Amino acid sequence: MPEIRDFHAFPDAHGRFGQFGGSYVAETLMAPLAELTEAYLRLRDDPAFIAELDRDLKHYVGRPSPIYHAERLSQHVGGARILFKREDLNHTGAHKINNTVGQALVARNMGKTRIIAETGAGQHGVASATVAARLGLECVVYMGAVDIERQKINVYRMKLLGAEVVPVTSGSKTLKDALNEAMRDWVTNVADTFYIIGTVAGPHPYPLMVRDFNAIVGREARAQMLEEYGRLPDVLTACVGGGSNAIGLFHAFLNDAGVRIVGAEAAGEGIATGHHAASLAAGRPGVLHGNRTYVLCDDNGQITETHSISAGLDYPGVGPEHAFLKDAGRADYVGVTDDEAMEAFHLLARTEGILAALESSHAVAQAIKLARELPKDGIVLCNLSGRGDKDVHTIAAREGVEV
Amino acid sequence: MSRIDRRFAALKAAGRTGLIPFVTAGDPSPEHMVALMHALVDAGADLIELGVPFSDPMADGPVIQHASERAIAKGVGLADVLGWVAAFRQRDADTPIVLMGYLNPIEIHGYARFAQEAVQAGVDGVLLVDCPLEESAVLQPLREAGLQQILLAAPTTEPSRMAQLCGSAEGFLYYVSFAGITGAAHLSTGDIAARVADVRARAKAPVAVGFGIRDAASAQAIAGFADAVVIGSALVERLVGAADAGDIAQRARAFLAPIRATLDKH
Ligand SMILES: Cc1ncc(COP(=O)(O)O)c(C=O)c1O
Repeated sequence: MPEIRDFHAFPDAHGRFGQFGGSYVAETLMAPLAELTEAYLRLRDDPAFIAELDRDLKHYVGRPSPIYHAERLSQHVGGARILFKREDLNHTGAHKINNTVGQALVARNMGKTRIIAETGAGQHGVASATVAARLGLECVVYMGAVDIERQKINVYRMKLLGAEVVPVTSGSKTLKDALNEAMRDWVTNVADTFYIIGTVAGPHPYPLMVRDFNAIVGREARAQMLEEYGRLPDVLTACVGGGSNAIGLFHAFLNDAGVRIVGAEAAGEGIATGHHAASLAAGRPGVLHGNRTYVLCDDNGQITETHSISAGLDYPGVGPEHAFLKDAGRADYVGVTDDEAMEAFHLLARTEGILAALESSHAVAQAIKLARELPKDGIVLCNLSGRGDKDVHTIAAREGVEV
Repeated sequence: MSRIDRRFAALKAAGRTGLIPFVTAGDPSPEHMVALMHALVDAGADLIELGVPFSDPMADGPVIQHASERAIAKGVGLADVLGWVAAFRQRDADTPIVLMGYLNPIEIHGYARFAQEAVQAGVDGVLLVDCPLEESAVLQPLREAGLQQILLAAPTTEPSRMAQLCGSAEGFLYYVSFAGITGAAHLSTGDIAARVADVRARAKAPVAVGFGIRDAASAQAIAGFADAVVIGSALVERLVGAADAGDIAQRARAFLAPIRATLDKH
């Protein structure tokens, strides 16, 4: 791959990040995607749209989120300073709301009356149901039957918010199948329906649009670093499921060559066991859900079932921009196991009084590893993508506790 | 002239509407797949669409999803599908075969390798649901090997894009009768007639209509204005649970015969 000077120049007009991305969809969706691309590119530069989005992010989501120096955790680890970008403090408890607030405004501008979404952990479903309620739009959320079982609290939250949650029983009954089912709904109801994809996957313009809406995370963090610490961090880390919180943090720093970037994928029971969801660390280029990216599949091209303790990372693909950053050598992607994530979860809870989401706990585990490699005056900036309230039942069950 | 082109030319000369059944490769039974293909031809199929099973068939309804899942559970892969085509060709050198499916199995197999093996087996074309014209550059090795890319057009296709599809069509152009997934049943023939007539007037290739055709009545409604009709989910559903080669062939015949008869009355 030729050396890349400006990472912000991607994707191109076809939604390609080098060989990744694109629009690998059925003909029926080509026109709706073109219409969405046209609307989004227009709104993206529209001062009225930008002003309304900024207002919502400030007054409804609660932005900006702080960066927080986890002193006790850093001391305990005994390496560099660990800083958290506190996306867990957002309304609804994760970064997912940054995207849904934005896409809901696009939906309203396009005159759509019905919102559909897929969800894994339920965070994106909750964030979608939330913005739909606020704008008075009908909302249907597709969720794998397996995920419904392990994220009961979020299922109930969505219902309280007025959304219909549709269980998906095809395939592996997890996030990828929920995405298939949402696509099938969209292709059937394109006239009045807006599909809010919850991560930087799917066909163009989704990887671009979802990245843009989450890029506020890195823009804020970069400015906060310069203002509060007078410098940029040495290394960034975030967990990577589809990759929206990660690209959200990374994007503003991509052209800062001195800032190292490390994504933490779910290594589940260990990459060697085959029970994992580390598409970048252990997959190969393929085509899934409308884009070319790294996927986990067998030699027949069948997408394989993944495993992670965290439903939000349990996905056999990954956003095409991450595939591109990996191949360009700009970012490294490494696996963090279920056990490592659990250990980090507990350590963060005890040292800082923060219950992180299981997804985010993978990033915390990676931040701890990175801090150990750096001198004491180094800085690791970690995206704390969400809070762990939704996970207490999973954790209790894993540890044999009845609640 | 390709096998597909020859077949459509013959249909036109005879004034007949083509019948294109779709079956998922390996379903209901991998052992009897070749027998099923011959039975389809005996029952009046003019061209066979063979679905390559994929784990994530985004454009398919439950019937074809489940057929795919059953085939994958039995270990069916691209190599098996090509093997069945080669076996079928030993007795049938004329009926065109189009592989229908999704890009990833071919991407992982390797485009150049697939192109060579598919042509050798006797495949005539591919219809890749998630590979629109814009992404078709990857299929160059297939084209070079002589495989035709069957393009889809849909009710949502914009006029300028439709012109592009009509100009690029080869083999035949597959017109999707409604915006939705396979197996859904809301065929409304009134507006389809006008749209298909328009596409047919402009397309460089014959036009087949699919989605929503389930039986003789719905086939007849389409037959008047299409070069061919495609029937998938209803046939796949009819084959579920068939026990042996005889049962499979009998069901295929019983299903297709009245449709063939209706088309030929036209
Ligand atoms: C808190 C949290 N972090 C991370 C993720 C993973 O998604 P992504 O990789 O798109 O950020 C999820 C998904 O549900 C989540 O809820």
